[in-house]
Amino acid sequence: MPPLNTGNSFMMRILLALAAVLSLSLPVSAQEAPVQALLQQHRDIILESSRKTIEPAIAALAGSGLEPAQAVLRAWENKEMWLRSSDGRFYRGESAGGKVQTLYDFDSGTKLGDEPESALQQLKPNSGIRALLRAALVQFQLNDPNPERRRAALQTIQRDGDASHLEPLRASIETETDPAIKALKERTEALLSIRHGENEARRVEAIEALAGDIALDVRAALNPLLATRLKAAPGAVPEGENVARQLKPGSTALSRDDAYRLLAESGLAKPHVPAADRLAALAANIADGRVGGELVARLTDPAARDRAYAALAAEGKAPPTVTDAEFDAALDGHVFYEVYAEPSRAVTTAAVAAMSAINRNVGMMQALDLGLDALSLASIFFLAAIGLAITFGVMGVINMAHGEFIMMGAYTGYVVQQFIPNYTVSILVALPLAFAVTFAAGVAMERLVIRWLYDRPLETLLATFGISIALQQIAKNIFGTQARPLTAPAWLDGAWVLNDVVGISYIRIAIFILALIFLALFLFIMKKTRLGLETRAVTQNARMASSMGINPDRVNMLTFGLGSGIAGIAGVAIGLFAKVTSELGQDYIVQSFMTVVVGGVGNIWGALAGATMIGFFQKGVEWMNPSNTLAAQTYMIIFIIIFIQFRPRGIIALKGRAAGD
Amino acid sequence: MKRESFFARNPSVLVFIAILALFTLGVTLASEAFGAGLISTSFIKTLGKTLCLCLIAVAMDLVWGFAGILSLGHFAFFGLGGYMVGMWLMYERTRDIVVASMANAPIPPTPAEIDAAIGTQIFGVVGSSEFPAIWFFSGSLVMQLLLVLLVPGLLALIFGWLAFRSRVTGVYLSILTQAMTLALALYLFQNDSGLRGNNGLSGLQNLPGVTASQAVVSVWFLWASALALGLGYLLAAWVVSGKFGSVIRGIRDDEARVRFLGYSVEGYKLFIFTLTALIAGIAGALYYPQAGIINPAEVAPIASIYLAVWVAIGGRGRLYGAVIGAAFVSLVSSWFTGGQVPSVNLGVYTINWVEWWQVILGLSFVLVTLFAPKGIGGLFDLAQGRLVPNRHGADYGPDQGALMEREGRE
Amino acid sequence: MSTLLEVSGVSVTFDGYRAIRNLSFNIGPAEMRAIIGPNGAGKTTFMDIVTGKTRPDEGRVLWGEKSISLTRMSEAKIAQIGIGRKFQRPTVFEDQSVFDNLLLSLKNKRGPFSVLFYRKTPSDTERVHALAEEIGLADQLPRKSGELSHGQKQWLEIGMLLAQEPQLLLVDEPAAGMTPEEREHTTSLLVQAAKTRAVVVVEHDMEFVRRLDCRVTVLHEGSVLAEGSLDHVTANQQVIDVYLGR
Repeated sequence: MPPLNTGNSFMMRILLALAAVLSLSLPVSAQEAPVQALLQQHRDIILESSRKTIEPAIAALAGSGLEPAQAVLRAWENKEMWLRSSDGRFYRGESAGGKVQTLYDFDSGTKLGDEPESALQQLKPNSGIRALLRAALVQFQLNDPNPERRRAALQTIQRDGDASHLEPLRASIETETDPAIKALKERTEALLSIRHGENEARRVEAIEALAGDIALDVRAALNPLLATRLKAAPGAVPEGENVARQLKPGSTALSRDDAYRLLAESGLAKPHVPAADRLAALAANIADGRVGGELVARLTDPAARDRAYAALAAEGKAPPTVTDAEFDAALDGHVFYEVYAEPSRAVTTAAVAAMSAINRNVGMMQALDLGLDALSLASIFFLAAIGLAITFGVMGVINMAHGEFIMMGAYTGYVVQQFIPNYTVSILVALPLAFAVTFAAGVAMERLVIRWLYDRPLETLLATFGISIALQQIAKNIFGTQARPLTAPAWLDGAWVLNDVVGISYIRIAIFILALIFLALFLFIMKKTRLGLETRAVTQNARMASSMGINPDRVNMLTFGLGSGIAGIAGVAIGLFAKVTSELGQDYIVQSFMTVVVGGVGNIWGALAGATMIGFFQKGVEWMNPSNTLAAQTYMIIFIIIFIQFRPRGIIALKGRAAGD
Repeated sequence: MKRESFFARNPSVLVFIAILALFTLGVTLASEAFGAGLISTSFIKTLGKTLCLCLIAVAMDLVWGFAGILSLGHFAFFGLGGYMVGMWLMYERTRDIVVASMANAPIPPTPAEIDAAIGTQIFGVVGSSEFPAIWFFSGSLVMQLLLVLLVPGLLALIFGWLAFRSRVTGVYLSILTQAMTLALALYLFQNDSGLRGNNGLSGLQNLPGVTASQAVVSVWFLWASALALGLGYLLAAWVVSGKFGSVIRGIRDDEARVRFLGYSVEGYKLFIFTLTALIAGIAGALYYPQAGIINPAEVAPIASIYLAVWVAIGGRGRLYGAVIGAAFVSLVSSWFTGGQVPSVNLGVYTINWVEWWQVILGLSFVLVTLFAPKGIGGLFDLAQGRLVPNRHGADYGPDQGALMEREGRE
Repeated sequence: MSTLLEVSGVSVTFDGYRAIRNLSFNIGPAEMRAIIGPNGAGKTTFMDIVTGKTRPDEGRVLWGEKSISLTRMSEAKIAQIGIGRKFQRPTVFEDQSVFDNLLLSLKNKRGPFSVLFYRKTPSDTERVHALAEEIGLADQLPRKSGELSHGQKQWLEIGMLLAQEPQLLLVDEPAAGMTPEEREHTTSLLVQAAKTRAVVVVEHDMEFVRRLDCRVTVLHEGSVLAEGSLDHVTANQQVIDVYLGR
């Protein structure tokens, strides 16, 4: 104990002695209330307040079956239990301001009046004791009238339950009235039984009941049962071990070196002298440019080093190391196996079976989750590509600045949020505004640049690229290089969680819906409006269209504006989950082009098919190699290059175009 | 009709070679190592790098200006060339350092220990110490130099075969080449690509076993770059001057006609694509030892698009145009981005050229595309009044030399 | 008479539309043949099939004495074995001189490497001059072909075909947009060519066809409607109904 505390503990002892005297002078009468009697019975260990010795006191209270026991435990845990020096009894104290406590009797609950703290001694349980108290309280909480308390108690049990909880838990199931909590209790009981069931049969039964359940808590309960430890034994595997599997040294699971290290660590073979030590020994024994009979300069050869060291060892100047023959013999003479930490064979067998059922179900759920992920990725690609499908597909114009239009949309959203603090309103304002801004930018670009280049697609590509780098740099100059936040409204936070494996964030659902809306909108514009009719006419035969009174210039301008405007809206959507930087568009432009090319040019369904295919493919590769999204993109592009071999005109446009060129 | 020599038919080639030689000589005489010390070593490196960029621009002009394939992937080949030579430089140099540091150990190291130490030194940054299989030849300069040609060449061959075979043309092909570049860049960005992920290869400016100062080495590289550019230019001029040039220009202008004349268009495209990939690889192998470092960002698609920008600004379809474009834009670019241009204070806003240069470049590129599709090279036509028909390439104007000298002074 | 090209039972479908149905067509060496038919009769598609641009869904296209199947060959290969094709629009390399255009077309090795190391021989130069003489462009050789008139471009393209030394020439509307004198010249070029090789001319212009004075094949909706001399087919009631009558 640190010297500073000695005074304190001295005081404590005096107080204790005083209390003892007082308690003697005030003999505990026959009508002593039961809880107070219990406390008095254990007063020494209660006052000692040590994690090591406290348990009998808590167990006695918890197991007393007395109603006020719960109040005692709770008061104790909350540091509200006081010992009155004058009579040596325990009371619950409530601070009455100043250094005064209002005392209550535990048994009757009656108020006893105020007492200055100087006349009292507070019991301050340390964290270890408090944990014990909480655990003891759980059984009371399980029957607490407040359902929230009952749920909290069950959570405590699930988190760190032990065998002692099993009985009160089972007892409380009978009386539970709330069906949801009852189910939760039964489930908690099963989970607890896996670990702490009273016998093997009950544990196996509990495991089998939960087989195939993909919830994380089941896996958390099963995993410790299946934990293994690597062991080695001479000759054969000893009886009575719950062996998971036997390993062969030199296999991928156990290298020969590792196997030997295990033997050395278990004392079953003499240890290798590590290479560094051998080197040090050699270095320490150099004499006249030689060591162990070998020229130092020759020691670049590992064989010479071994010879030199062997010589040193023979002279006793270094500890002998293991020869190859000894090494082999040691490995041959031992078996290597993994044993379960859990001794019961029946339990582990059931756990393995349950786990494989769980893994199968988890796999299926993961496939579903992956499908949802892929779908949301596909809708992002679709959103990014739909504008491009219009400008590239319908008009045959390559717009390398399309990505920058996406970026402009995202920044528009950011700027709107600077003025409108309400996120929901700001997003609702930002969507049409982003459309307007990029529509205007698209029309300006079409008027100023693209219309002069309609018959020169490669030069359109280059000119729009020039615009792209200029726009990117302008954005960088205005907004800086750091990412700007575009915050989604709170109701888009969170995720729609199906179970512990499948969950999809609301933002992604919103983007999916947005993609559907755009698909519908595009189809509507193209099929039902005058602009759509004129666009289709100009696309098919510009000269004929213009002779029918359609102004192709105007149609081209509006179509281009429309495609650009949609890019702006896509930008707001993408900005909600990605960082808004001047390079935002760059990240999507190549994928967008791929989407259009793979899907087939000039067809909205092509863009949809392309986006779906690329989204699913990318997620598929990520699933096979989850650590590496970069690799997934690499493989995706290689896949696209190969795909183009078989469908040079994309998924959709192949039909009917055979004669096209 | 009497036979004329190659140079007699293409006087511009001789003029170009002469200017290049004079330029190289001039820079050498003005260098710190061999002459008056008028030009700093770092600027000699910039000039040497610029020559490499001119070389890849010549390749780009061959494939785009003459054969009509707008490849947005030639910087991938450039980068691969750089990586291949970088692997040897980095391995050998690290090896020298490791051997030197281990020489003081009482017990001399075994080859395995040296290898392990080099591996830790090189791959420590990506959390590995093992040599990936692709470093198998890194100890051999000859093999790595061979790989400078083989790797870009093979990639171009495979990619080109796939792309041309399926008759992908025009903007589709451009996008596909861009995708190829992106795929390569993303692959190289991975830590387990075996090429140190986004750290790239560094310390390439130090030639293993060479004790000469950087001032001297930089001039060596300038010579090598000038030689490569000269030879590359000669090769390109020879390729486009004869019937082959006639065929590829035919492919550029009317692919179907060439096909119905009995030429296998795909074969020609593949040939020119692969040939230019090889030239790009060589240019990269000379560039990165002067730059000192190569990382995957160098391979990013944007670099290849800039290459197209240079060629377009210089004037495509004529080789000297590509050279002028690359030299002009990259030197002006480094002049602006190097912060050497004074800012303009407009009162309300100060124009910092480092920030606005990209905007100017982008917009001037739009203007060139719209109003001067022949690029800077078109100025020579203006100087001569009008482009004379039936010429494979116009003569240099008398001001060509002056331009190069101006660049030399910068 | 032996057959140079035999097309039998060929059909092609585009997106549900049968452009060519069960078409059969033969032509011997050194024969002139005109193909006429209304728009959409399948004239151009027929040429596409023969030159390998379009693959037929069914049927055979056999070539020469050895009866080589053309349906699996590439356009370039088909051109190399001796089928030359002239497009409707004059397609010459406008950026290059007349001389280079002709030199490019001369029958020589077509591989990239042999072309790369190709050196102009005096006999090639001579041949180019002879061809230029034949098509009437002898004094235009150094000019850029883009500067030629429409008719001159058409002749240059015919000259390029002749330079290939094909056994079969497929010519699509050679006289479109020509002055009467130019037509005269074109007719004589084709008649001259047909003395040593097969020539198939697709044409709308009856006057021009009459001047060619050859057998005529009438196509309608992708198959052969009638075949014979011009007078014979123009007397055919079916032909009058579908084509001439309108």
